[in-house]
Amino acid sequence: MQAKQFKLFVLFVLSFYSAISSALEVGASLPNCHLKKMADGSELNLQATGKVLYVDFWASWCGPCAQSLPFLEAVNEEFKNKNFEVIAVNLDEVREDADAFLKQHPVKLTTAVNADGQCPEVFGVQAMPSSYIIDRKGKVRHIQLGFNLSEKAELKQKIEKILAE
Amino acid sequence: MIGKLRYALMFLVCLTGCTQQVMPWERGFLAKPQMQLDTDPERSKIMKHTFSSKEAATGGYGVGGGGCGCN
Repeated sequence: MQAKQFKLFVLFVLSFYSAISSALEVGASLPNCHLKKMADGSELNLQATGKVLYVDFWASWCGPCAQSLPFLEAVNEEFKNKNFEVIAVNLDEVREDADAFLKQHPVKLTTAVNADGQCPEVFGVQAMPSSYIIDRKGKVRHIQLGFNLSEKAELKQKIEKILAE
Repeated sequence: MIGKLRYALMFLVCLTGCTQQVMPWERGFLAKPQMQLDTDPERSKIMKHTFSSKEAATGGYGVGGGGCGCN
């Protein structure tokens, strides 16, 4: 009887660990994600863009995100005519924090929010910022965890390579 | 015996709350200045330096050395 109770208890405890999400891997298909543009609140469908996407998850409290956004802005400006778009998904818990950050660091690229909070879990965000380069077929081609200024050239090369396909 | 086991199980179930993982995107509130153990690192560094000079001790902050405090 006690052994049975113990087994049940172990199963119960283990069920808490099953909720931990698994991370997206290179080669996986772009997951469905419910996003809204920060600018006008309109729906943003990642699946139907037909572009090479650079999906970046950022937050106002994240230091490296403040460094990555100007780089993404520059990359977006450079390649936007080649069917490329950066989508910067904000993960702030308080929307006002994100708005204040964007006032200080204005960007022209598409910024979005994930109202239902499922997006980072679906992508399996492991660090802040986390970025995913998605090719035209909707496959994840590169995952960038964190951001370092020394990686700018390498990232740009990867984007160029995917755009050239 | 079963009664004791039941209480032990209830206690352990409460502990499962500690297994909740704070995800990378959920650290906004933890990153706020008011959540830091040391709200003013610069000031506290100066205070520690002064303290170590005045008391001829390092103050138990895990930092080696003492010194005159003149540099």
